[in-house]
Amino acid sequence: MLIDLLYRLRKAEVPVSITEYLAMLDGINAGVGGYSVDDFYHFARIALVKDERHYDRFDQVFGDYINGIQNLFDDIIGEIPEEWLRAEAERLFTDEEKASIEAMGGWDEIMETLRKRLEEQKKRHQGGSKWVGTGGTSPYGAYGYNPAGVRIGQKTGRQGRAMKVWDKREYKNLDDQRELGTRNFKMALRKLRRFAREGAQDQLDLNDTINATARNAGLLDIKMIAERRNAIKVLLLFDVGGSMDYHVQNSEALFSAARSEFKHLEYYYFHNFIYEKLWKDNRRRHNETISTVEFIRTYGKDYRIIFVGDATMSPFEITTAGGSVEHWNEESGVTWINRILTKFPHAVWLNPESQTHWQRVPSIKITHQLLDERMFPLTVEGIGNAISALQKKH
Amino acid sequence: MTQKFTGTENYVSTEDLTLAVNAAMTLGRPLLIKGEPGTGKTQLAEEVARSINAPLFRWHIKSTTKAQQGLYEYDAVSRLRDSQLGDDRVQDIANYIIKGKLWEAFDCDETAVVLIDEIDKADIEFPNDLLLEIDKMEFHVYETRETIAAKHRPLVIITSNNEKELPDAFLRRCFFHYIRFPDHDTMQQIVDVHFPGLKKNLLDAALKVFFEMREVPGLKKKPSTSELLDWIKLLLAEDIPADALQSDDKNSIIPKLHGALLKNEQDVHLFERLVFLNRRK
Repeated sequence: MLIDLLYRLRKAEVPVSITEYLAMLDGINAGVGGYSVDDFYHFARIALVKDERHYDRFDQVFGDYINGIQNLFDDIIGEIPEEWLRAEAERLFTDEEKASIEAMGGWDEIMETLRKRLEEQKKRHQGGSKWVGTGGTSPYGAYGYNPAGVRIGQKTGRQGRAMKVWDKREYKNLDDQRELGTRNFKMALRKLRRFAREGAQDQLDLNDTINATARNAGLLDIKMIAERRNAIKVLLLFDVGGSMDYHVQNSEALFSAARSEFKHLEYYYFHNFIYEKLWKDNRRRHNETISTVEFIRTYGKDYRIIFVGDATMSPFEITTAGGSVEHWNEESGVTWINRILTKFPHAVWLNPESQTHWQRVPSIKITHQLLDERMFPLTVEGIGNAISALQKKH
Repeated sequence: MTQKFTGTENYVSTEDLTLAVNAAMTLGRPLLIKGEPGTGKTQLAEEVARSINAPLFRWHIKSTTKAQQGLYEYDAVSRLRDSQLGDDRVQDIANYIIKGKLWEAFDCDETAVVLIDEIDKADIEFPNDLLLEIDKMEFHVYETRETIAAKHRPLVIITSNNEKELPDAFLRRCFFHYIRFPDHDTMQQIVDVHFPGLKKNLLDAALKVFFEMREVPGLKKKPSTSELLDWIKLLLAEDIPADALQSDDKNSIIPKLHGALLKNEQDVHLFERLVFLNRRK
């Protein structure tokens, strides 16, 4: 039965392996999980899920799974003989409760109504005040509040709350497919760090010195080495204004995260698409610009380029000369972006627009193709994928 | 092990955290703890050690820490020096083996608690180098050709701030728990534990301000539990009455002594701006 949980988790893309599954069984054997559903939920999560980003998915799968089992009980209640229920009621109910059963017209009446309800009702029900199900105030069903209620399909004792832990989905915000703040961006960007020894040899290499000295029959032979630095170089190109105004917050978060993560970071702005000019200061964008040719000349090809923009515009703004909404461009956007991509092979495009829209916007599709499918959503997961694309050798 | 961890008089442990610690203890697996900064990850190891009366070995990880340093180090430099001075000790290489934290814990005659703090600060290869050691709880010393095995499997508690992704092989061998940010009730318990006898109305006012502040969109660094505790300490030291914290106070735009809560001047500006806008409504 538990194997089913394992497969469901794997289907929901929670990376669970056999090792973890066996560890869980081990724990259940040792009695760690306890015997309540809540304890089992917590223990299963400790043993099976190794990343808080997957907590939410786990909660959903677990909820489904447990509800499925609950449904099994619901399916068989129609077949429970009345005498059993009656005997159970004699044992469970206090005198006071029995008195209120009498007040409702007596035991037989309740059972009669229950039978009718069961016939009328075909599917599972939760909440409400009439139908048989869970969590309601009807006299029939589990987890109910009616003192004259009949408990059906409830295996363990009452937990005291209808809303289960996994139903709350408290970890929704940790799932990496959602957009998040600066810190998460930083963590994602940090993966791009690549340490290398470059520059002046100004540190004593202890191991090498010892080795060399030993080989030198004990006479000191000092070896120096250059300091280890983050050697990655990044150029950020931001789309500003127009439709990007809706995404200012995310772009800002990305910008401040990137600024603190990379020592060699340069940034420029463009509007809608890349043409012959870029600028660094949005207030003086018409006076202080750098020509894109100069930009290409200035930076070495070891720089990684990250475009940030929604790429949402008329397709002509990309494909034709003179298509720009702001000025007359002699050459088309395609020409310009290809020049950049030829010089800088490591490039990605981050798009704050939700990925579900991409197929519907022609300009996004064009840009996606221009970048060799290296467009990623501006989410933590998207940045993670973008970073791995940037690390690939060309 | 029969002892169970249940939280201590100065550490409030939630139900799921307690279960995680006890599961790791019973099954002898390392427990990986993650969570927002300031939610008491490091504190946990200390409190667990105290509550089960076990010795605690702290291993704080830096970017330069190597996995080998937790096992042992071979002090080649002193041996080289001794050899040049003609010291007798130089004959036995064991004299130059310095035990690391894990070795010390393995050598312990009772179950020890090992804290590997901020494992994500280390080099990317660090967790991989410790796979066998934390799985089998043994390692081999090449210099002396002996194998060191733990007398009692220690409880290994590992904390991470998520700065680097940990390798899957490493994760598979651990139990994992994410310390959620405490809700209002738990936070009240935590404050009670740290400041017993705190006036009810001050606590209510402080918690209200605190949780409202956490709700502010766009803060670069949200205030955490440890910052709340610092702030309350300051409020008590300055003897600030509860009504001074109410946000409808005309004189102070933002709560008193906010420096303990907001650690970034952009956040302070943002907060001031929002409070100002709110007031105008």
